[in-house]
Amino acid sequence: MPVSTDVHGAKIWQLRNRNQTLIRWGSYLAAVAIFMWCWQRISEATTWFFVWDAPRIAADIGGRAWPPRWSYMDKLWGPLWDTFNMATLGTVLALFLAVPVAFLAARNTTPSTLFIRPVALFIIVSTRSINSLIWALLLVAIVGPGVFAGLMAIALRSIGFCAKLLYEAIEEIDEKQVEAITATGASRWQVMAYGIVPQILPAFAGISVFRWDINIRESTVLGLVGAGGIGLQLQSSLNTLAWPQVTLILIVILFAVIVGEWVSAKVRGAII
Amino acid sequence: MTAEALDNRIGTAWKKPPLITNPALRWTLFIGGLAYVVLAVSSIDVNWARVAEGLSRGWAFITAFFSPDFVSRGGDIWAGILESIIITITSTVVGIAISIPIGLGAARNIAPLPVYLVCRAIVSLSRALNEIIVAILLVAIFGFGPLAGFLTLSFATIGFMSKLLAEDIEEMSKAQAEAIRATGSSWLQWINYGVQPQVMPRLIGLSMYRLDINFRESAVLGLVGAGGIGATLNTAFDRYEFDTAAAILLIIIVTVMALEYLSGIIRAKVQ
Repeated sequence: MPVSTDVHGAKIWQLRNRNQTLIRWGSYLAAVAIFMWCWQRISEATTWFFVWDAPRIAADIGGRAWPPRWSYMDKLWGPLWDTFNMATLGTVLALFLAVPVAFLAARNTTPSTLFIRPVALFIIVSTRSINSLIWALLLVAIVGPGVFAGLMAIALRSIGFCAKLLYEAIEEIDEKQVEAITATGASRWQVMAYGIVPQILPAFAGISVFRWDINIRESTVLGLVGAGGIGLQLQSSLNTLAWPQVTLILIVILFAVIVGEWVSAKVRGAII
Repeated sequence: MTAEALDNRIGTAWKKPPLITNPALRWTLFIGGLAYVVLAVSSIDVNWARVAEGLSRGWAFITAFFSPDFVSRGGDIWAGILESIIITITSTVVGIAISIPIGLGAARNIAPLPVYLVCRAIVSLSRALNEIIVAILLVAIFGFGPLAGFLTLSFATIGFMSKLLAEDIEEMSKAQAEAIRATGSSWLQWINYGVQPQVMPRLIGLSMYRLDINFRESAVLGLVGAGGIGATLNTAFDRYEFDTAAAILLIIIVTVMALEYLSGIIRAKVQ
């Protein structure tokens, strides 16, 4: 009973009894201890002199970085086009690969819940949990640096994301329509084409535009590991400490991200 | 459909209605899309000789997944993973602690207009900047090490959490909040008893989700020198030590799956 008595013997209402309170405070203590230990580890690994010096360094970099070198823009159109292509073609390729995976993973369309579904789910989880930069790192080692590696990285990373959202949409479809098509004597593929696909098409369009928007953001930095696009220019500008160029590139990236988000919001608004 | 229209349709085959009804728009989009794909694909020059050469390496990598090497670089892997976890925990805690006041400020039904605008500006700045770019800048300013990674992820967490928290607060039930206000509560009491209980379940769920995202992101911050497992992974790839790389990737996948499972349980419990 969460009731105790005060010195005069009157009962005091309490939200929790003693054990609950003890457990609560114990877990608070443990959480704070873990956090402080983590913080201590970070603190040990940090050169604090650099941190105290940071405002001066930041001001110094800021002073060098402004104004941006606008004339460098001539050299950015090519990489910008590459970045856009990586994001777009990567999304298209990912969608082609994600559709079969999604159909295999959805409970109501998978041929075998016992064998094929876990494999499809594993593909989804593993492609999703590896960041596109890591995919790019891997693909640069395999197919060599360039736009192609970036495109493949974007595509592989997006499979899991698109397939997950798509298979959830497939699982939520209205079974009545599927049954109606089946009742006409349609084959398995016809049921899919006329019973399931029309129901998930809006979700599919929404997912692809959503992922395209994310891919625009991600493809801007893939160049850092050698996978082409505007990140490559960023990397070389950083390496040569050409801060005015870095500023310009960051402005361009910010602009591209905002445009991508705007387009995706417009298209999704038109679909839904 | 009227009876007359139906009469006219008798005998004609049924056709699936198109997704885009306007034929002009449909064909423009189709041809434009096709032209773009042709143009884009032709602008990518793939060095097929290099790809063919790399395929054996790709195969080596895939086979490495079946014989991952956790041992020979075990010390580095362990240190890297530990650092990633440390960055994840600290940045999630600090990020959420900061994002609560900013989230309150970014909710239009609680905050006055000037506060609202400032908080929304912080949120959009944090969301527009890619984590890796922030990490590069912070590494340049604060030097190499986990501190830069911690600051990067805290900053990214602020944008994510504040936005979702603010949206949740804006959708809360006004009746409860007003009931607390009617008892003559102070502003702080109002937030504590009127608003906080309504958004707490979602806040806990989102925190778990963000913990998961932060771990994934902390795995790549090492590529730009901001601490964590990424540096070890990068070295493994550079040396073509695919078995070590496979081991690291497996650890990342398993940790992410475990975190996702855990956050699923916790979210199911609080919601």
